[in-house]
Amino acid sequence: MSHHIPGQPVTAVVQRVEIQKLRQGDNLILGFSIGGGIDQEPEHNPFSEDKTDKGIYVTRITPGGPAEKADLRIGDKIMQVNGWDMTVVTHDQARKRLTNKKEGVVRLLVTRKSLEEAVKHSMGNGPKQ
Amino acid sequence: MDTESTYSGYSYYSGRSRGSHRHGERSRDRHKSRSKDSRSEKSVTINTPPAEPLLGDSAVRGEQVQDDNWGETTTAVTGTSEHSLSQEDIVRITKDLEDSVGLDCRRYFTLTLAVIMGLLVFLTPLAFLVLPHLLWPEKLQSCGTACEGLFISVAFKLLILLLAVWALFFRPPRAGLPRVFVFRALLAVLVLLFVVSYWLFYGVRILDSQDENYQGIVQYAVSLVDALLFIHYLAIVLLELRQLQPCFSVCVTRSTDGESRHYNLGHLRVMKEHAREVFRAKLKAYLLDSPGNNAAAGLAHSQSRAMIAAAARRRDTSHNELYYEDAEHERRVRKRRARLVVAVEEAFTHIKRMQEEEQKKAPGDVMDPREAAQAIFPSMARALQKYLRTTKQQHCHSMESIQQHLAFCITNNMTPKAFLESYLTPGPTLQYSRDHWLARQWTLISEASVTSGLKDGSVFVLKCVDFSLVVTSKKIPYIQMSEEYIDPKSHKFVLRLQSETSV
Repeated sequence: MSHHIPGQPVTAVVQRVEIQKLRQGDNLILGFSIGGGIDQEPEHNPFSEDKTDKGIYVTRITPGGPAEKADLRIGDKIMQVNGWDMTVVTHDQARKRLTNKKEGVVRLLVTRKSLEEAVKHSMGNGPKQ
Repeated sequence: MDTESTYSGYSYYSGRSRGSHRHGERSRDRHKSRSKDSRSEKSVTINTPPAEPLLGDSAVRGEQVQDDNWGETTTAVTGTSEHSLSQEDIVRITKDLEDSVGLDCRRYFTLTLAVIMGLLVFLTPLAFLVLPHLLWPEKLQSCGTACEGLFISVAFKLLILLLAVWALFFRPPRAGLPRVFVFRALLAVLVLLFVVSYWLFYGVRILDSQDENYQGIVQYAVSLVDALLFIHYLAIVLLELRQLQPCFSVCVTRSTDGESRHYNLGHLRVMKEHAREVFRAKLKAYLLDSPGNNAAAGLAHSQSRAMIAAAARRRDTSHNELYYEDAEHERRVRKRRARLVVAVEEAFTHIKRMQEEEQKKAPGDVMDPREAAQAIFPSMARALQKYLRTTKQQHCHSMESIQQHLAFCITNNMTPKAFLESYLTPGPTLQYSRDHWLARQWTLISEASVTSGLKDGSVFVLKCVDFSLVVTSKKIPYIQMSEEYIDPKSHKFVLRLQSETSV
């Protein structure tokens, strides 16, 4: 994920992650924490490569929680939640999308650096056009 | 700074030779460092007379009142000097140029010169007014009302001038500074020139031509007095105000225990004069410190004790020993102090002040403060003695002095704590035997020339028999201040958000 030029489409290699929400008392929890948003300061994000990236990042995973089981990793950038875009949302909007009480399952599209590397690696090994 | 020179009775009364006489001398002109004043290692001995009471009472009072500006209030250590006349100082510097005259002779000479000059200055306006009446009374126009009003003005201005000169110059002599003498010389020359020029003008334009316009003459005399008042104003500025501005910060360290004090000094020229100032301050600095620390009357005893302690310390090279020793001492002091406080408080509860009516009712067994003090003293004596011994103050306080202090506290309704204050927190040692400290020989040792001025970073040592004081001076830096205005409305803030939410 290099520096994104505003106005150009965002391209990324993503992975689908499906998380079943876990009921804990009155709440449905996913078992991870998010940081970031267009209303936040992006410079202090330790997970982003591009320090102007105001996307939503996974900052913490609860061990043994649904997110861990679904192979969500710390530092992942969430691109979509159930079809809704998460690259240009405020922090609170992101939270709302993830904690909708009517949905029991969230399907995320996440991207991480290792995915890009893997794709590059595999493409590099593939047949040249 | 002090502007009076010490013109001592010292040299006058004790009649020492010039060579050994240092104190209370007038300043040397900076270019005139006499060989007899400096020794090979450039040290000047400052001798104090052992027999004389060195700090007069008024001087001490003055010191206590103006303790902050120590430099200004230090007094002549040379003791009972008679008042020095101002003009004497003013012309003294000119007299200094002729070195050959004997000390007493020179003194009288400057004195007479000063008196003559004073008389000249004060009588000149009067002479201006009177001479026309004497020399050409028939030609003179009569003095109208405006003119007579001017007479009153002249009279009052002369009176003010008289009082001002008395206030500025006629003060108990203190240490003088050569820079001040230069100013005084300048002022004297200025005044003389001024008066002479006025006389010249008067002589030529008024006496010769026998001017009839008396009002003009009176106005001329008034202008003279006005100008004299302005010269006096100049004198104040040069002699007083300039010296007040602190220029150097001086740090004095005592050699025995490293106690330091800082003082601000103004412009100081000759080191010797400066040393005298500093010496007095040092004395104060030294005396202001804990009597427990200084080698006092039990000098040899404490010195030997210090030596033994040092030797013992050297033997116990481990720092552990030192630490435990210190901790033990600290603990002992605290314990004794606690015992002392309790004993004194209890002792104070045994006496009660009797009211007037009660006194008449029960005349028996009534004591005056002294007797009351003596009555309760034994109950606290032991605790007090032990405490003083532990804090090494026992030589400073005699039984007599303690009882006196106790009687004083009882008389003035002071609490036990107030009584103990002078023993628990050692105050200025000045209140203890003065004679010990001042009847002492001090030596000024410095690498720089003794007659040079005080510079940034100059160091010198004032040494006496038991200890020495190391003085370092630093120039007070020039601070450049600039102004910047900030609009109060310009203080605006924005939140930096770095939220983390768990979902």
